[in-house]
Amino acid sequence: MTQEILALRGLSGGYYGEAVLRNLTLDFSRGKVTALLGPNGCGKSTLLRLCARLLPPMAGEILLEGRPLEKIPRRELARMVSLLPQERPASGISAYSLVSHGRFPYLGYPRRMTSQDKEKVEEAMTLTRVADYRGRNVSELSGGQRQRVYFAMALAQDTPLVLLDEPAAYLDLRHQLELMELICLLRDRGKTVIAVLHDLPQALEWADDLVVLAGGALADQGVPAEVFDRGTLDRVFRVKGCRVMAEGEERYFFTKGGE
Amino acid sequence: MAIWRTSSTRRFPWTDRPVLLLCALGILLAALTALAVSLGPVQVPLSQLWGFLLGEEIPQSSWNILRHIRLPRAAAAVLTGAALAVSGAVLQAVLMNPLAGPNIIGVNAGSGFFVLAAALLFPGRWDVTPLAAFSGALLACGIIYALAAKTGASRITIVLAGVAVSGFFGAGSDAITVLVPDAWAGASAFLVGGFSGVTTGQLSFALWYVLGGLLSALLFSHDLNVLALGEETARSLGLPVKGCRFLFLAIAAVLAGGAVSMGGLLGFVGLIVPHAARFLMGEDNRLLLPAAALLGGAFVVGCDLLSRLLFAPYELPVGILLNFIGGPFFLWLLLKERRRRR
Repeated sequence: MTQEILALRGLSGGYYGEAVLRNLTLDFSRGKVTALLGPNGCGKSTLLRLCARLLPPMAGEILLEGRPLEKIPRRELARMVSLLPQERPASGISAYSLVSHGRFPYLGYPRRMTSQDKEKVEEAMTLTRVADYRGRNVSELSGGQRQRVYFAMALAQDTPLVLLDEPAAYLDLRHQLELMELICLLRDRGKTVIAVLHDLPQALEWADDLVVLAGGALADQGVPAEVFDRGTLDRVFRVKGCRVMAEGEERYFFTKGGE
Repeated sequence: MAIWRTSSTRRFPWTDRPVLLLCALGILLAALTALAVSLGPVQVPLSQLWGFLLGEEIPQSSWNILRHIRLPRAAAAVLTGAALAVSGAVLQAVLMNPLAGPNIIGVNAGSGFFVLAAALLFPGRWDVTPLAAFSGALLACGIIYALAAKTGASRITIVLAGVAVSGFFGAGSDAITVLVPDAWAGASAFLVGGFSGVTTGQLSFALWYVLGGLLSALLFSHDLNVLALGEETARSLGLPVKGCRFLFLAIAAVLAGGAVSMGGLLGFVGLIVPHAARFLMGEDNRLLLPAAALLGGAFVVGCDLLSRLLFAPYELPVGILLNFIGGPFFLWLLLKERRRRR
């Protein structure tokens, strides 16, 4: 088993013939939480969509577990990679039905869930704290609740690689912190998590690795403290970052800074 | 906590007991069919109908009426209703558009044009009719779907595109009926939609299209649920989205084609009934599709009965009655959509 679960080789991708990501070469290590950072429009979501094979690459190659992504049969791929998409349509089905669709890649015909499948669904709903509204219509849920239901679906898929596109959007602070704990719990259970995050202090505090994109190219990669020390974040986001000690731990905050 | 439990997915006590509801719908369908077979200018008592079904001796006149008039007509109405309702439910799920229905997006019109063209080219060949109807339906489905996929068209755009497709194929149908009025004596009745001229010969071909379509829709209903989650989610769950879409559009076209070749261009059944079934049953297609089939059969056989009785001894083609009901319903749906978008 190679060290990296996901490897990008000279990857370019985008929409309507226009590349958003250009010639990206990058490894994601196994069993880590990697935060994907970068200003709006730098290609973070595009990268996740490429890795989930929702978008064909324009050039280059993606290797998942050392295998070319496009060679993996789609059902097998759905058992290897799950994605929490940025857009989460409000369907009219119950929260429980939505989460149980996460087991679809494991169901043979006639698509009946086994007791093991049901256990996975229950576990995912408990972890994301959505069990209380299992019977409610997804379209009636608040943005944050709907988000956690979709996250539960991705968890029910039970894949070694979990891609999260802005998992913290719509969540209040308490739920954001619970989410970060949950992400770390997934890592402790052996999963690899790649998440697009917008809150830089949160990313610095919780992630094992940072990948910083700017203008469709890799700006920096490394452990949070080193990336911070190199000043990459200040440069890319045009802000001024500070490290302080508070209650015995290193904390970060960012201000607008000078031009 | 109590508030969480009161949910709209469990709007009615029977939503927890879907099998019971399906049985109730089945009984409704059976009752209306029995009434439709029994009532008319000559009444056939239910006891004689029962005797006929059991193969017992009944008066020759009743036997003839049942065998050659009432039963084919009731069977055609039930099958057409079921087919249009399921076709509509499938289209609504695939296009993710509650305004879709075989008549709205031009599937009926495409099907009708092909049937008329077939009547012109192969007069008197009832075996060609369902095939022609299916081809026209598939062509219309394909046009609408290609448009939706290429432009990511909104719900209203799909409806407008349906107007264009309907207009185009409708013009073709009109051209045939005007230029070659002798092509098919039943053409105008066909364009209005109704069951007064249904023959066993017609039925015996269309039947297989409808039964095959219903069966395959039910067999793949779970995959339709996954498809209805949206393209991205369905793909990341490992569903072959493109193939599945094509499969379901083909199923919808088979059903609409079968229906058109029996009942002509009946409007709005495929729009109204799926909504009613969803209201009763919820969004799960594994339950929604059978409910829509039963309800659609009951609705059309009931409306056909009504259209025979309302102005007896004259008969109003059921297509006219359905449009009188369906038009206002569609307007109401449009208003509801608009309110939701605000």
